[in-house]
Amino acid sequence: MTEQHGDNPLLQLVLVRFREYLREPEALFWSFGFPILLAIGLGIAFRSKPPDVAHVAVVSGAARSAAYVDALRRDRGLAVEALSRDSARVALRTGRVAVVITPGADGGNGVEYEYDDTRPDARTAKLLANDALQRGEGRQDVLGASDRFVREAGSRYIDFVVPGLLGMTIMGGGIWGLGFSIVDQRRKRLLKRLVATPMSRAQYLASYVVSRFVLLTIEAVVLVGASVLFFKIPMRGSWLSIAAIVVISALAFGGLGLLIAARSQTIEGVSGLMNLCMLPMWVLSGVFFSSENFPRAVQPFIKALPLTATNDALRASMLRGVPFAALWPQLGVLALWMTICFAIALKIFRWR
Amino acid sequence: MQSQSTRATHALRVEGLRKYYGDVRAVDGVDIVVPPGECFGLLGPNGAGKTTTIEVCEGLLTPDAGVVELLGLRWDHDEHELRERLGIQLQETQLGEKLTVEETVRLFRSFYKRGRAVDDVIHVVQLDEKRDARVGKLSGGQKQRLALACAIVGDPDLLFLDEPTTGLDPQSRRQLWDLITEFKRLGRTIILTTHYMDEAEILCDRVAIVDHGKVIALGTPFQLIASLGAEHVVRFGLAPETPPIDEATLRSLDGVRVARAIAGEYELQVGALHQTVPALLAFLAARQLELAQLTTHSATLEDVFVSLTGRQLRDD
Repeated sequence: MTEQHGDNPLLQLVLVRFREYLREPEALFWSFGFPILLAIGLGIAFRSKPPDVAHVAVVSGAARSAAYVDALRRDRGLAVEALSRDSARVALRTGRVAVVITPGADGGNGVEYEYDDTRPDARTAKLLANDALQRGEGRQDVLGASDRFVREAGSRYIDFVVPGLLGMTIMGGGIWGLGFSIVDQRRKRLLKRLVATPMSRAQYLASYVVSRFVLLTIEAVVLVGASVLFFKIPMRGSWLSIAAIVVISALAFGGLGLLIAARSQTIEGVSGLMNLCMLPMWVLSGVFFSSENFPRAVQPFIKALPLTATNDALRASMLRGVPFAALWPQLGVLALWMTICFAIALKIFRWR
Repeated sequence: MQSQSTRATHALRVEGLRKYYGDVRAVDGVDIVVPPGECFGLLGPNGAGKTTTIEVCEGLLTPDAGVVELLGLRWDHDEHELRERLGIQLQETQLGEKLTVEETVRLFRSFYKRGRAVDDVIHVVQLDEKRDARVGKLSGGQKQRLALACAIVGDPDLLFLDEPTTGLDPQSRRQLWDLITEFKRLGRTIILTTHYMDEAEILCDRVAIVDHGKVIALGTPFQLIASLGAEHVVRFGLAPETPPIDEATLRSLDGVRVARAIAGEYELQVGALHQTVPALLAFLAARQLELAQLTTHSATLEDVFVSLTGRQLRDD
């Protein structure tokens, strides 16, 4: 009737985590489908393109109009069209052209450029057009100048955004992965039922850590692998140090997830707390745009956020090859979050 | 460790147990002693304090006062050993819906150092055909049986069941009663709560009737019913236009303990039907009184509860 050996409890708990996860199609989508779709979307938006061409319009009907059009066409960075005054105005207003050029506007030999000076592309177009026209009229440059084009991977927007997406994935996995599952079990009184057995509470929590690590490894490999393969994202730091940053970040966000889930009894309650924690970091921590854009006064606060530390460390390692040891400020922030969150979470955790 | 329990004279001993929630005295001085091998029932209406009492015994709630000793062990010293030796079914636990029956039982089995084989337990609760079914697809009765499987998979010495059949259809209830009776036959101790009097009468060796956090009656179902002074109730009515019968006259009939006239009918609380009914019929025949109707029912724990509190056990 009695037998001595059961299965290993930690293994069983981890298997439960995977089964619950794999049998939940929505969860699968959010961890694999979503990052891949995001990467595809970004891939379309940031695919390799020839350099942008500046669109300009020349108002037709003036004596020099045709000559201007010829002169501007010699610059391959400009797309030129001859338009009536009214059509040129409309084109400028709708953004189809950046600059409207009116020959002899002052009644003599001069030229007038009409453009929005707050738009960098309009200013560039004006400079290019002016340069082309002055040369066409015979201007001689005093300095001999030559161009050497450098297109370096690592400074594009896609290079900036991929480490941010990785950081966001780690945060989402830690917080959603732990928060919903734990609170759902508490709500259904399953947690109470489990602590009524001899189950080790440490092993219960460890099952989340282990399953999160396995899933995160897959998520990170898919995201980083696809980025390296399709977008040629540079990986200047060692894979090992990037893996170490991912692991430390995962632990910090796992701790945060555990703390968020420590007492909530309803899914609504925990969702609110999760959004409260994650929303500021999505905005402030430099996922899609640099956190340097925020005022200096709030920078120390932003730097202390775990997602900022993760994103900064990942970017420094992947894009600039900064050695692991030199990342101690970010790693320190993460270690501190991890320690504090786990300590408080374990102390206040509601098992019943 | 094992020898300690075999020497323990009580499977459960509760003394002066109190648990207050603010002004609400959920448990207000409960004393219970359950010898090994007994099936003991806490019977009472919803909100009587049954669940609070059982959850304090299960080590899931801390009492405000009182002593709880299980198998000679206490929660503050021997929590781990107690967890290994208790089987617990909580009220309204929802087991993971995405797991199968077998995966669920295997998970619970893995927590215990020693216990029963997973297949064996699934067979005992008659879920062999559902072993690969998801928990979310099971019927209410099947879910309760799975919960029972999880409670007995550690081969417990003491089994706690909190309202094991609440909300089930009659057939599922009977099926669970069979399983609990089966477990009882292994000589293990069972503590259960219920608000069904028939359940307590069928399953329990002894019953404590609980109301407002206190035990108001304690004994075997037979003793409790006998304490009414009558095992059966006889009701009869006479044909219209019949002159009334004197209550004292009825009381003088063989075996009648209490006789009352209620709304044109008569109610007799009697010790034995086979004595009273023939005597009653003979009495009526002698007086040439015509009987319009006659019913009898056995006295139940429900009658005990009503006579103790003046209220019905169940709201419905």
